[in-house]
Amino acid sequence: MIDQAPLNYLQAFGIKADKVVPLIWGLAVISIIVVVIVSVLVLVGALRRGRAFSPNPDAMPPVERAGSGLPWITIGVGLSTLVLIAAMVWTVATMAAINRPSRQPDLTIEVRAHQWWWEARYLSGDPSRIFRTANEIHIPVGPPVKINLASSDVIHSFWVPAIGGKLDAIPGQTNATWLEARKPGTYRGQCTEYCGLQHARMGFVVVAEPPDEFRAWWDSQLRAQASSGPHDGLAGGRQLFVQRCGACHTVRGTQAGGIMGPDLTHVMSRGTIAAGTLPNTTANLAGWIANPQTIKPGSLMPNIGLSGPELASIRAYVETLK
Amino acid sequence: MAGGSYERSPRIETLGYDSPTAEMLETIWKTKSWFATVDHKEIGRRYIVTAFVFLILGGIEALVMRLQLARPESALLTPEQYNELFSTHGMTMIFLYASPILSGFSNFLFPLLLGSRDMAFPRLNAFSYWVYLAAGIFMYAGFAIGAGPNDGWFNYTPYASRPFNPGLNMDFYALGMILLGISTTVGAANFVVTVWRMRAPGMSINRLPIMIWGTFTVSFGNLLAVPAVSLAFLLLWLDRNIGTHFYDIAGEGHPLLWQHLFWIFAHPWVYVIVLPAMGMVSDGLPVFCRRPLVGYTAVALSTVATMVLGFGVWLHHMFAVGLPFMAVSFFSGASFVITIPSAVAVFAWVATIWTGRPVFTVAFLYFASFIAMFVIGGVSGFMTAAVPADLQFTDTYFVVAHIHYVLIGINVFAVLGAVYFWFPKMTGKMLDEKLGRWAFWFIFAGFNIAFLPMHLTGLMGMPRRIYTYPAHFGWDALNLITSIGSFILAVGFLLFLVNVFQGLRSGRPAGPNPWQGPTLEWSTPSPPPSYNFAVIPIIASRHPLWEDRLQEGPGQSSIRRGFVLDHGKEALASTTLDGEPDLIVKMPEDSYAPLVVTLAITLGFVSLLLHWWWIAGAGLSGVLLGVLVWLWPEPRLGQMTERRP
Repeated sequence: MIDQAPLNYLQAFGIKADKVVPLIWGLAVISIIVVVIVSVLVLVGALRRGRAFSPNPDAMPPVERAGSGLPWITIGVGLSTLVLIAAMVWTVATMAAINRPSRQPDLTIEVRAHQWWWEARYLSGDPSRIFRTANEIHIPVGPPVKINLASSDVIHSFWVPAIGGKLDAIPGQTNATWLEARKPGTYRGQCTEYCGLQHARMGFVVVAEPPDEFRAWWDSQLRAQASSGPHDGLAGGRQLFVQRCGACHTVRGTQAGGIMGPDLTHVMSRGTIAAGTLPNTTANLAGWIANPQTIKPGSLMPNIGLSGPELASIRAYVETLK
Repeated sequence: MAGGSYERSPRIETLGYDSPTAEMLETIWKTKSWFATVDHKEIGRRYIVTAFVFLILGGIEALVMRLQLARPESALLTPEQYNELFSTHGMTMIFLYASPILSGFSNFLFPLLLGSRDMAFPRLNAFSYWVYLAAGIFMYAGFAIGAGPNDGWFNYTPYASRPFNPGLNMDFYALGMILLGISTTVGAANFVVTVWRMRAPGMSINRLPIMIWGTFTVSFGNLLAVPAVSLAFLLLWLDRNIGTHFYDIAGEGHPLLWQHLFWIFAHPWVYVIVLPAMGMVSDGLPVFCRRPLVGYTAVALSTVATMVLGFGVWLHHMFAVGLPFMAVSFFSGASFVITIPSAVAVFAWVATIWTGRPVFTVAFLYFASFIAMFVIGGVSGFMTAAVPADLQFTDTYFVVAHIHYVLIGINVFAVLGAVYFWFPKMTGKMLDEKLGRWAFWFIFAGFNIAFLPMHLTGLMGMPRRIYTYPAHFGWDALNLITSIGSFILAVGFLLFLVNVFQGLRSGRPAGPNPWQGPTLEWSTPSPPPSYNFAVIPIIASRHPLWEDRLQEGPGQSSIRRGFVLDHGKEALASTTLDGEPDLIVKMPEDSYAPLVVTLAITLGFVSLLLHWWWIAGAGLSGVLLGVLVWLWPEPRLGQMTERRP
């Protein structure tokens, strides 16, 4: 069951989540034991001397004070307090253990939440290596990666359960956290602070890959797309894209430079579209470009009324953005 | 007694409920007009009925949501419809049901439990009900025209601000909540003063029923907490309508201001909607265990301790906003500590069952299962107190499961038990136990089938407040089970309603004390006459009607023989700590002023909503005028019989 639940938080693949899984299990086991003990006490206590109610005037037996019963409270509360103190110590120890990354992160990614997608900007000392992408965040396996979290509209929350807990993206402040994956994989993330109509479909993925693959990915992301080219068949699509999509979307190298929507320079390198909503297939791509308001009603991407040939042409162009 | 120091010493006599004096009292006290009544019992019943109507509305909203969530990728509702539904559901259950239902029981029961003729401020009491009703209708008017709240019950800015939420939705919610705050505040003041001053002689604070402790405590809490939320909503309304920038970063405001103001109110509010319910269990359960509550003093003190600590844990709703390590650790610790007073209550109830001789009435079934539900809601709260774990739990269905165990488990189960327990007193008729057991088992099973697996839904990572979910995320089966459970729960509620209507129509006569209860309300006829007590009783112990068996105190309470107050509409005030008789209070007659002032306030709020500034001014003048008439000195209310210096 767990394996089919990509957002579960009982399986961890990152240092921060690793330490929390035993804490969750520990607290859960304590909780279940407490519930069972109290339920059994209530049940046995009731059945031991209880009697059915019959509606006649002498239905209620006479009252009596059979013992003060106070030891129940003293012992029960005493034991509870010990358990609480233990849980508190465990909690604070876990907090301290994951308060800081194991070492100073070399890499910083600025993640900016938008209604209803995620923008990621990879920072570097070398300005030519800075770039933007969206909804798919690649990190190297092993070293910690710093995440500076911001929001451009309302409050969102950044959550990759397999790697670590939540942190809110709040307009007017930058929150910092870090991701540290210990196993390569594609980990599902999701906005978890209610943020409006498409809060439900504000997903993303974190791809943790070996450092050399990560390096190669970064290099490939830096490449600009051709502003014109020998593929005459695509020139029309490119031009249409710039005209119809370029006000909101950027494709580096072309005149499409909008910043309202995700950067699409290498959209075909991503596994999903529409903020983790659909697998990135030809059919889904066409469906999404043609009619985003059916797939994500309320999304800020409008239906722009493309004709069949226009749609085909734009879709064909987008599919070259590898 | 201290009679010598009064201008008039009330007679002490033995009087029955069929004596000529009692008949005269009935003429003096009975309600003259439906719209003008100030009788606490009538107001209490209205609160309870209104709150149940809101419970049913909120329940229907929940069922529609469960239809949508029963399967993945469902398109039954649009996102906006779903968002308004879950927000309205939260608003309804938390603000329009959970607290008012307890105010209803407290209103009905306070004077009866305390041995008094009415609340301290009967007209204010009527006012508090009318404003509650007006606020509920006001907020539902928004929902009816498609402008219900759509940002969840805690309504975070900036999504609640105008740029992101341009409709009237938030204005309805903001003004409605301010209006409701007026009701809560005056109601709370009334409960506090009633406990301080309106107790039968001899009812010292260590003899108060726990239910009184609960409502008394949370009323104090309300007086401190409600201003925060009224302010929060006022600032929101100003931001949206006048152009201030309290929550707007563009104007140097900050959205987190909202969260602090809201949770400083809303965490204590959680205790506001459970402590009186816990009190009802603490008073009701022992009656069916045929013994006094174990650890009365500990339970009373833990009630107060919970409320006090409840003011120190609001930040645990904000662990994910990016706070310093120290602050988070402190609030985590406080959130662990607050479970200790709850543990006191749990073990007191368990010990009461264990050392008593339980009688399995329907009320007992609710109270006993309440203990288990309480513990489930409690331990999931304990789990979320651990910050690193909470950063995974928060905003997933784990928290949704938790809040429902708290609200249904600790509030609704206690309330349903209380209905079965006090229905005979309120109506003079018994509820059918057999049908009641059917309803109980449906409600118990449906609730647990719906909400126990929801913890797992949360652990599988399902975020809360999503209008739909994809099929391959491992949530399908769990959601279907929850939806099925919620409909079983609904069937249980239907049976409960049938049970109640049947009881009202053809229930067996109850007699004054069908459960052989210990407290003063059971000494009156069922339903109690409008003046409550023929004579004001004199109390010598915590269980005046059980003294024959228990021999608790040094003396004997005097129930049939007591103070005769028959010079018009009179009640007895006593001293705060010891309950010594102090003053004969002249009580006000029925009055239309509370209703008129409510209508004027509501007119003002509607005008603020629609920016009809001149009419808002007229509403304000109406309020002032109404208050003037209301408070105009009436010679016959002059307290002529004060204690001489």
